[in-house]
Amino acid sequence: MDSKVPAGPLADKWTKHKNDIDLVNPANKRNIDVIVVGTGLAGGSAAATLAELGYNVKTFCYQDSPRRAHSIAAQGGINAAKNYQGDGDSVYRLFYDTIKGGDYRSREGNVYRLAEVSTNIIDQCVAQGVPFAREYGGLLDNRSFGGVLVSRTFYAKGQTGQQLLLGAYAAMNRQIHRGKIKSHTRHEMLDLVLVDGKARGIIARNLVTGEIERHSAHAVVIASGGYGNLFYLSTYCMGANVMAAWKAHKRGAFFANPCFTQIHPTCIPVSGDHQSKLTLMSESLRNDGRIWVPKKLEDAKAIQQGKLKPTELKEEDRDYYLERRYPAFGNLVPRDVASRAAKERCDAGYGVNKTGEAVYLDFSAAIMRYGREKALTSGLKNPDEATVRKLGEEVVEAKYGNLFQMYEKIVDQNPYKTPMMIYPAVHYTMGGLWVDYNLQTTIPNCYAAGEANFSDHGANRLGASALMQGLADGYFVLPYTIGDQLASDIRTGPIPTDSKEFDEAEQNVHDRINKLMSGAGTHSVDYYHKILGKIMWNKCGMSRNAKDLKEAINEIAALRKDFWENVKVPGEAESKNQELEKAGRVADFLELGELFAKDALERNESCGGHFREEYQTPEGEALRDDKNFKFVSAWEYKGEPKDAKLHKEDLKYENIEVKTRSYK
Amino acid sequence: MSGLIKSSLARKVVMALSGLFLVIFLVLHVTINLASVISPEFFNEASHFMGYNPIVQFLMQPILIAGVIVHFVMGFVLEFQNRAARNVRYAKFNGGANAPWVSRNMIYSGLVVLAFLGLHFYDFWIHEMAYKYVEANPEDPTRYYAETVEKFAPMWRTVLYVVSFVLLSLHLWHGFASSFQTMGVNNKYTPAIKSFTKLFSVVVPLAFAFIAIYHHLNPITH
Amino acid sequence: MKLFLKIWRQKDGNTKGKMVDYTLDGVESDMSFLEMLDILNEELIAKGEVPIEFDHDCREGICGTCSLMINGRPHGPDSRITVCQLHMRSFNDGDTIVIEPWRAKAFPVIKDLVVDRSSFDRIQQAGGFISVNTSGRPVDANAIPIEKEMADKSFNAATCIGCGACVAACKNASAMLFTSAKVSQFALLPQGQVEAADRVMNMVRQMDLEGFGNCTNTGACEVECPKGISLENIARMNREYLSASIKG
Repeated sequence: MDSKVPAGPLADKWTKHKNDIDLVNPANKRNIDVIVVGTGLAGGSAAATLAELGYNVKTFCYQDSPRRAHSIAAQGGINAAKNYQGDGDSVYRLFYDTIKGGDYRSREGNVYRLAEVSTNIIDQCVAQGVPFAREYGGLLDNRSFGGVLVSRTFYAKGQTGQQLLLGAYAAMNRQIHRGKIKSHTRHEMLDLVLVDGKARGIIARNLVTGEIERHSAHAVVIASGGYGNLFYLSTYCMGANVMAAWKAHKRGAFFANPCFTQIHPTCIPVSGDHQSKLTLMSESLRNDGRIWVPKKLEDAKAIQQGKLKPTELKEEDRDYYLERRYPAFGNLVPRDVASRAAKERCDAGYGVNKTGEAVYLDFSAAIMRYGREKALTSGLKNPDEATVRKLGEEVVEAKYGNLFQMYEKIVDQNPYKTPMMIYPAVHYTMGGLWVDYNLQTTIPNCYAAGEANFSDHGANRLGASALMQGLADGYFVLPYTIGDQLASDIRTGPIPTDSKEFDEAEQNVHDRINKLMSGAGTHSVDYYHKILGKIMWNKCGMSRNAKDLKEAINEIAALRKDFWENVKVPGEAESKNQELEKAGRVADFLELGELFAKDALERNESCGGHFREEYQTPEGEALRDDKNFKFVSAWEYKGEPKDAKLHKEDLKYENIEVKTRSYK
Repeated sequence: MSGLIKSSLARKVVMALSGLFLVIFLVLHVTINLASVISPEFFNEASHFMGYNPIVQFLMQPILIAGVIVHFVMGFVLEFQNRAARNVRYAKFNGGANAPWVSRNMIYSGLVVLAFLGLHFYDFWIHEMAYKYVEANPEDPTRYYAETVEKFAPMWRTVLYVVSFVLLSLHLWHGFASSFQTMGVNNKYTPAIKSFTKLFSVVVPLAFAFIAIYHHLNPITH
Repeated sequence: MKLFLKIWRQKDGNTKGKMVDYTLDGVESDMSFLEMLDILNEELIAKGEVPIEFDHDCREGICGTCSLMINGRPHGPDSRITVCQLHMRSFNDGDTIVIEPWRAKAFPVIKDLVVDRSSFDRIQQAGGFISVNTSGRPVDANAIPIEKEMADKSFNAATCIGCGACVAACKNASAMLFTSAKVSQFALLPQGQVEAADRVMNMVRQMDLEGFGNCTNTGACEVECPKGISLENIARMNREYLSASIKG
């Protein structure tokens, strides 16, 4: 596997590469079309920038507006090595933290570039009018996230994702207004079209009319996000799917590290079987919240049965297990570590809700601390406890008010008075389409950006890095690297859509839809999706072992067979049909799920979010095997998922010492 | 003018400005009318001045009439457009849950006030025009008080007037403060504007109603 | 709990729709409203009927996709939330619930409870942006300090999720709260000043073209907005518009 990372010193690679790659002159860009699938942070920013540069862009999203892509739900913030706080941050430190956070399974050159352009992202977004949080002096404010020792996260209260996405969407709107972007909303890509081995277009379904459409271009950018909905219950939006990426995979793009999934530690626990989705509580809460479970098993039992309230438990009877196990990082350990620690306590019987699958996130200490601080600065002498608490609650409300409100709406408990209950949930997928340094997949002219590619987060992503990567890819990387390939297309002219390749792809799409519509009709799509989700969560979730994974592979294959024979899709294909949309997406998950399990089975080590029970230290920490597994798994499609062929991209660390990840 | 019809914001501004203008007229009107309760002589003087001063008659009166016409014509145009903007109605619409009745029914309070204006014009203005220009009667600076009091002798007219003033009150209750919002004024003075609106929309119609009832109860005995 | 549902069914934009009655049993109080509809849909599918289409996506109150009129109020009876955050504990056993799509000429029905809100997109395309190209070397983010109060106000306007509840709640189907939030977000920042006049003129023109009604300051939009966008924004847009018109 050739990653095409340029040679030379780490800090100069990106600059040198930009100087070396081929460019397309402005007049010729007008003759080149680019399709962008997905309009979240990566797709939206890429589409806007490509259009600014002069390319003719067509965007596709299944939502009714580009602004609704799920990037919008990111709460906490975006990292950038600005060092505005003067706490010793630097591009190198962000690079180092990201590589270490990813448990040494990401590519040095890509990650350094990400850290390098991170500062430009903040400048760009401020220029676009993104209203980041500011201090009283008028300058930008920062906060801390897990896995790092500096304060480098920029934020806009609890909705950084929405504000950044609205920025990218505004940039898109400007180009739509100029006619440089043609926006196709409520459209879904159902196949990738290759002409002479190059990606030259897509087949899309108009979700309103059911019409199957052909769209050609000189390049296709896939920015359709991650595949966490494989687990049915996740923090993803309901419509999130792997269709675009999976169709590219089936047409020849390698799929990398499918088993690297992020399970986020702070989500609202599952309440019942009816549940359709899990809600994340921002990691920023871990700045002030302390995570604990009861120290004594009998207390835990009493809490589970509703006989004991958490507020009644004395300080010495509480086990602040993250602070105990990881004194240096405490509650701000990376997500994979925090999630696993929660699972460990709950599996041991210390969970705190009726299902036994929840831990406390407690703000009472922070409330009192802030309250005393506020009392001091307000000149109150010897305030009583109630006053301090009240003042503290006001400070906490100013910081996290919307999150607390969201929690209360869902759980019907007041988190100012009683600790929040949280449990890990699927949140992000580090794996995705394999791409080289130019973000090109193994199919020429087919690119992948944002969560849809695998490139920068290794085996675990640090908080506030997803927004950074999406925008880095879209604003600052792809628009330049795409020119390297497109420079050879300046004389190609418009790609016709009446070729046999388009005929074949469209026929393929029709056949598949007909097959979905003609199932025997015993079970709904959700029935299969829920079963798949349970298999994934129980056997390919926070901890995995060879036996479970082998079972999962068989179970998923059997479920897929059952699905194609018995799924029931009501309504018509030639009109709006949400069940048909879901069916197509679940069909893909039923294939990817098997590859996921296969990848997890092949990787006989524990690293980041991939924890194999067979490979752990005596203290229960992940045990990496750098000798045998310091590589990216890139899977080539060969028909059935079980036949997928593994290609390895060896990871070289020339600028960083590979060591055991420790947050103690 | 075509620009005004084209932009929704400009139409609203026209509504607000003409409304505010009519509010100022109301102040003047109620002041003179109150005089009829306190001093018939002063009322006669003031009415005579208004009736025969050329500036009032030939400049201010046409402006006032234009103001009324602009306000209600624009009101109809807006209402018509607003209804067209929701071409399919809700089966169930709980408008009371999020907005006060007065703000949602300006068209009805306005229509009642408009109908009242018709009666009021018939009662006083048409009569006045006929007296001055058609019948060409000589100036009589002492007739106004008696004429006014006489109008309120019938019960039905007094009741109609009072009911109209209640609707005028409701119209003002929303309309007065609302016109400031339309003009872009929404700041630290807004609570004061809202309080003043409430006071104004109660006091002024109350004063009008009081005058009508007072004259009904105190007819001139010959 | 057992519920009696009256739901708008419409095959597509060209077909007439009607209210249809459904009865749903076994609803639990900690279900979300949309999960209740999921269950109804599962029952319909099992019976071989076409399930009810409704818009939804993030199910955590931020994407602005969900858009149901519930018992005559957008996003239902609770305040400051979207439908996906509404839970069944807000209802009682035996309740009758009327569920309709947003109603506005500018939001035509696509199917059942799904409406087309692309008019909102077009309003923003008309000027809801700052014309700055992506480049590696813009001005440093901290080069222009912005007063915290202004930054916060801009943020508060920018929290609009574009769901359309303001239009749905307004007796006039006016889009003033939405448009003014978008205008205000930029009008309050120094970066947005250069194009301020053109922006407000163009966005208001587009808003009018889409066929939304006029604002009569009833304040229903502010009450129903899941993000609590303030009427101050409408006043600000009016000011911006007036000053832009006067400047010509």
